[in-house]
Amino acid sequence: MINLKHPFNLSLFLFAVWLLLSGHYTPLLLTLGLLSTLLVVFIAARAELIDHEMQLVLIKPGVLLYWVWLGGEIVKANIDVCRRILDPRLPISPRMIRVRATQKSELGRVTYANSITLVPGTVTVSVEGDRFTVHALTREAADDLEGGELNRRVRDVEQRF
Amino acid sequence: MLDILLDILSWILLLGGALFLLTGAIGVLRFPDFYSRLHAVSVCDTLGAGMVLLGLMLQGGLTLVTVKLMLIFYFMVFSGPTAVHALAEAAQVSGLDPVEDDREDG
Repeated sequence: MINLKHPFNLSLFLFAVWLLLSGHYTPLLLTLGLLSTLLVVFIAARAELIDHEMQLVLIKPGVLLYWVWLGGEIVKANIDVCRRILDPRLPISPRMIRVRATQKSELGRVTYANSITLVPGTVTVSVEGDRFTVHALTREAADDLEGGELNRRVRDVEQRF
Repeated sequence: MLDILLDILSWILLLGGALFLLTGAIGVLRFPDFYSRLHAVSVCDTLGAGMVLLGLMLQGGLTLVTVKLMLIFYFMVFSGPTAVHALAEAAQVSGLDPVEDDREDG
């Protein structure tokens, strides 16, 4: 994790993003880019938007492995949901369930809640501390989530952020 | 030869993505209530848009355009679920009850 709380680090990061996106590298445009970067950081600092959430999570091998695994789960869930959408009998059994998140950090819980929503078939409706209310489209999706594999994997990957 | 292969792969991804987007849209129409419709939107958000973006990246090749498409994909992965969650929570807070169905699946 790289801390972007320091205005200098934040400026450097934003300017790097600007360079990547602009594709124009003449002195005039570079100066304008630098000035707009500084203006944005100044406004963000004035609006007190620079807080502990200003962190850059690096993509390390362990984290990448999690995303690849989640990608696979997303594809599987997508195909399942699409099959149900196109089935004339519409075989769904929607329900609300509650699950517990066992991640230690705020970032870990956010990752877990977002991962649940990202997988079609389950949506995180509300978060109260470590209790999530989740809407599941089917019994299978609900059972899968209650099985706790996703929870465990996020807890493992959270230590690598 | 490789060009043609990449082109074919890119078109498979583009058309596949379009198919998922269409299926998601049909789901939005067919599902019974607000909460279950969110799941259909999820399909468009993840695999539909994802495959279209991946197909476009193959068309872009190793250029700045591809970098921008990757950034779009990255932001979508984070903003999509956040938006869906915001909608779901707003529905729950305003007292919308989900349709629950305990019958066995298909």
